[in-house]
Amino acid sequence: MADENPNQPESKSPAGLMDRVKEEIKPFQQKLESDLAGLKTPQKTALYKSIFRVKHDETPRSRSLGVLSNVFLHLHPARVNRDAVRYGYTWGMGGITFYLFIVLTFTGVLLMFYYHPSKIVAFQDILYLEHDVPFGKLLRNMHRWGAHLMIITVWLHMFRVFMTGSYKKPREFNWVVGVLLLVLTMLLSFTGYLLPDDQLGFWAVTVGTNMARASPGLGHEGPFGPQLGMTPYNDVRFALLGGSIVDSNALLRAYIWHCIAIPIIASTFMIVHFWRVRKDGGISGPSPVGLAQEIKWDRLDER
Amino acid sequence: MDWHQLWVITSTPDNVPIVALLFLVPFYVWYGFRQAFANDRLIEQLEANPEMAKTHHRKTQPYQSGWAKELPVWPFLLRIEFLAALIVTVILFVWSITLNAPLEEPANPSITMNPAKAPWYFLGLQEMLVYFDPWMAGVILPTLIVVGLMAIPYMDMNPLGNGYYTYQQRKFAIWTFCFGFIGLWVVMVVIGTFIRGPGWMWFWPGATWDHSRLIFEINRDLDQIVAGIFSALGMLSVAEFFGNIWVRTVFGAVVTGLYFAVAGFAIHKLIVATEFNRKVYARMSMLQYLTLQVMLTFMLLLPVKIVLRLLFRIKYIWVTPWFNI
Repeated sequence: MADENPNQPESKSPAGLMDRVKEEIKPFQQKLESDLAGLKTPQKTALYKSIFRVKHDETPRSRSLGVLSNVFLHLHPARVNRDAVRYGYTWGMGGITFYLFIVLTFTGVLLMFYYHPSKIVAFQDILYLEHDVPFGKLLRNMHRWGAHLMIITVWLHMFRVFMTGSYKKPREFNWVVGVLLLVLTMLLSFTGYLLPDDQLGFWAVTVGTNMARASPGLGHEGPFGPQLGMTPYNDVRFALLGGSIVDSNALLRAYIWHCIAIPIIASTFMIVHFWRVRKDGGISGPSPVGLAQEIKWDRLDER
Repeated sequence: MDWHQLWVITSTPDNVPIVALLFLVPFYVWYGFRQAFANDRLIEQLEANPEMAKTHHRKTQPYQSGWAKELPVWPFLLRIEFLAALIVTVILFVWSITLNAPLEEPANPSITMNPAKAPWYFLGLQEMLVYFDPWMAGVILPTLIVVGLMAIPYMDMNPLGNGYYTYQQRKFAIWTFCFGFIGLWVVMVVIGTFIRGPGWMWFWPGATWDHSRLIFEINRDLDQIVAGIFSALGMLSVAEFFGNIWVRTVFGAVVTGLYFAVAGFAIHKLIVATEFNRKVYARMSMLQYLTLQVMLTFMLLLPVKIVLRLLFRIKYIWVTPWFNI
């Protein structure tokens, strides 16, 4: 239509067209530039603000809110003892243990995709996992070594807590929860041992559960067990294995304890454990040292 | 010296955590005690100098008057947690790429593994089976370990050493725990891993695991040894007396009672050893004191039986128709 207008020949020239185009896109260009400039400060974008809700700057208020208003970080207090962030006091063992639990849950769920808890098939699944599943071998290795590492870090965590006297008032009960978590960690590892259904797991679990038949009063070989009517078919070992030998029922029971029951129980205790760390006044130290001559022995029992 | 056998044991993938434990436990024991001794030196200084005690910040960590006592968690703690997670992940990846998780033949109840070992973290319990019957080693003692650990905060009435490393202020507690954790638990795990071979026999590091090895040692019960002494002295009628199970039961009960009396007395002497310990003892209720005594006498039972068994070849100290200890 415009081509037919003889009064505007200039507009046909290439230079004039380019100028007009440039004029037209200028607002878009400016918007694009400001958007690109915005990418350099993502914390100013509406998206960022909607997710984190807190200003990203170095004021103490924003730093505190950044932790307190974040669901994943809110286990932390806003501020900690300045000497507690040094490695020397806590060795980071409790935190590393929790991190390993997360790693094990992640790798464990992936392993569950490839595993059937039934005799013969279970072993074949491990072979399949090791030889055909992409990164299957790495997955299994990480789950195994992560579990072993977790046991070591749990022991060292307990050792550290003892050495710093952190179980003392007011943290007595949290130590009790910690001991239960230690036992649960070892039970988690033990129930997982049987799952590949190989000779190693089979005999380890056989040796382990054989002790149960010697339980006083509850096992058929234990003191007072036979007198109380215990046989291989009704004692506590039978209840653990779902049978009198380590067989398909034992495999299924180990699987359910390992993948469902103990993780849920342990998670529950972990929630209590972490909650109590905060409620008992945060981590225990490093506190200023006490002196024997300053103790008021007659007033100690007042809390 | 069979280096190959030693290498086979240490390089078994499932034993690698224990090799790591051999380095990690001594390192962290040293690391903890180093800080404890540093604090002890500070405590000594402060106790000798009350003026200094009033003004000092009472920590070995550096401090200047202008410094805040607390730091924001973000970034000062969170960056460390992030770094720790990264390092652990890298360690785990490297470990998992270089070493494969073991997988033996499919489970077969008709082919017995020799030695059939529990997972390494339970080898302490399995090693206890040498010294106690399964109902003790597998049920009673593990229960006591767990209950005893849980009872620690309720038995320890020492008001000092809360939230800092110290040795001088908590000698009794630290000796007890280290003896239990390192001396009994970790050492037994290491023995179970590195020393025990086929038939759960004792093979020193470097000895070849000989599957056909036989040991002709006779373990005798304490009352039989006493009966043997009587018969050697020509008092045959007394020795014959020990053939009766009820005599043996009573004899064992007396010996076991004697052990608990002696061990309890020795532990009591330790509990009231110093002026400070006596003050802590005065705070304890009867129930606290008795619980502590039960836990510690049972804990000492293990090393006592290890010595009796390994040095004197004594199997049981108490034989009854229902159970043996």
